[in-house]
Amino acid sequence: MSMNKTILIKPIFADNPIALQILGVCSALAVTTSLSVTLVMCVALTMVVAFSNLFISMIRNHMPSSIRIIVQMTIIASLVILVDQFLKAFAYDISRQLSVFVGLIITNCIVMGRAEAFAMKNPPVPSFIDGIGNGLGYSVVLIVVGTLRELFGSGTLLGYTILPSVANGGWYQPNGLMLLAPSAFFIIGFFIWILRNKYEEQVEKDEFVMAPHTAEKGAH
Amino acid sequence: MSSNVNSVKNTLKVAFGLCAVCSIVISSAAVILKPMQTANEILDRNKNILVAAGLFDPSVHTNADVAGMFSEFTPRLVNLDEGRYLTDEEQQSLGLDPQTYDQQSAKNDPAMSEALTGTDDVASIRRRAAYATVYVIDNEQGEGYQTVVIPVSGYGLWGIMYGYLALEGDGNTVRGIGFYDHQETPGLGGEISNPRWQEQWLGKQIYNEDMDIAFRVSKGGGQGEYQVDALAGATLTSRGVENMIEFWLGERGFAPFLRNEVQS
Repeated sequence: MSMNKTILIKPIFADNPIALQILGVCSALAVTTSLSVTLVMCVALTMVVAFSNLFISMIRNHMPSSIRIIVQMTIIASLVILVDQFLKAFAYDISRQLSVFVGLIITNCIVMGRAEAFAMKNPPVPSFIDGIGNGLGYSVVLIVVGTLRELFGSGTLLGYTILPSVANGGWYQPNGLMLLAPSAFFIIGFFIWILRNKYEEQVEKDEFVMAPHTAEKGAH
Repeated sequence: MSSNVNSVKNTLKVAFGLCAVCSIVISSAAVILKPMQTANEILDRNKNILVAAGLFDPSVHTNADVAGMFSEFTPRLVNLDEGRYLTDEEQQSLGLDPQTYDQQSAKNDPAMSEALTGTDDVASIRRRAAYATVYVIDNEQGEGYQTVVIPVSGYGLWGIMYGYLALEGDGNTVRGIGFYDHQETPGLGGEISNPRWQEQWLGKQIYNEDMDIAFRVSKGGGQGEYQVDALAGATLTSRGVENMIEFWLGERGFAPFLRNEVQS
């Protein structure tokens, strides 16, 4: 049980898919301009990772290695299409805003990465929990980014006005940069900085060592 | 065991089995959810027409009100080049129904549309369908219309913007505008969806006394009766909106229809 708990909790901060594994950054930039869209994307991705892990793990012992990746992609793609169909039927406005990004969950590296790295080697239940955990890890980053971007970019949260903007007769001058993709890069950068301050083991070792200054005896 | 799993036979078995299961799951989901999706699309389109006509206020009305409010409108098909309504016989022989006619897919059908070239293509939309659906509310007293809503589209900065323009019964005074699909930058060009910007369209005139298009999206206030204020930081989007109006209310757009059926 505690093993499962570790699998669930660890990807949230200690092994975050975006901040440490650096997977799935593309959609973190694209769908975080408003918080409600972000939340739906988080739920959609968590469902897809969890169930793709579950199904892939269930058939992992019958999967011929020659078509392994194709089988994984087929399962992931089917789940994504299902999610897309459900969104179009039950959350039409949000599915319009997410547009192509639901479809792009197929190519989201988190899904593929967890299928290869975890589900292929572990039984179904831990794989499912690993999917939920990684979905939550992705969600934490997206919700932080989405909250900051919507609050400072439009002065609203979930569509409710927090900082009345000048265009609507208030005092807040929205920060246009927050609505553009680069701002998500900055916020994710700060997020990684804070995280690595807390978990120092996440800091990568230098890839090279600075050579010492030219020794005295070598100089003429 | 391992060699058995990787045998050609097993590979084919897994591949076909997986394909069969996935396709059954997806097709049944698609078939079961289709009616709800279609209902959502129609609801969304109708809501946008109501928004353009200034009848729908998101802070007061909900999606449940749309059907009732929309029943006031009559959809009718228009032959754009000849500027007149299609007769019932023509609709039957063409197999078109104003309730279901989809102008956007007709635009990509060579039999139902024509290519626009050079100076004709003011709004950079490349092709134009031969027929369009307009939504009208009849005047309660006597002849004419109370409101005419026409579909408009034009290239902005990043892609084609789709919307509806509502005109009063004179076929000249703007009653409102609404966009239901665009890719403009949020916060800059995306402000075309801001109700506060759309408010200033109310009561503006499209044509001057000589029936030329005088409407402009201009910088610096938009005080005149033919002008609306351009969006700050979105020159190309504003120009796109102006071109869109110029095209759809011009001779290749709805001008012949408005002249023949509405303004007279």
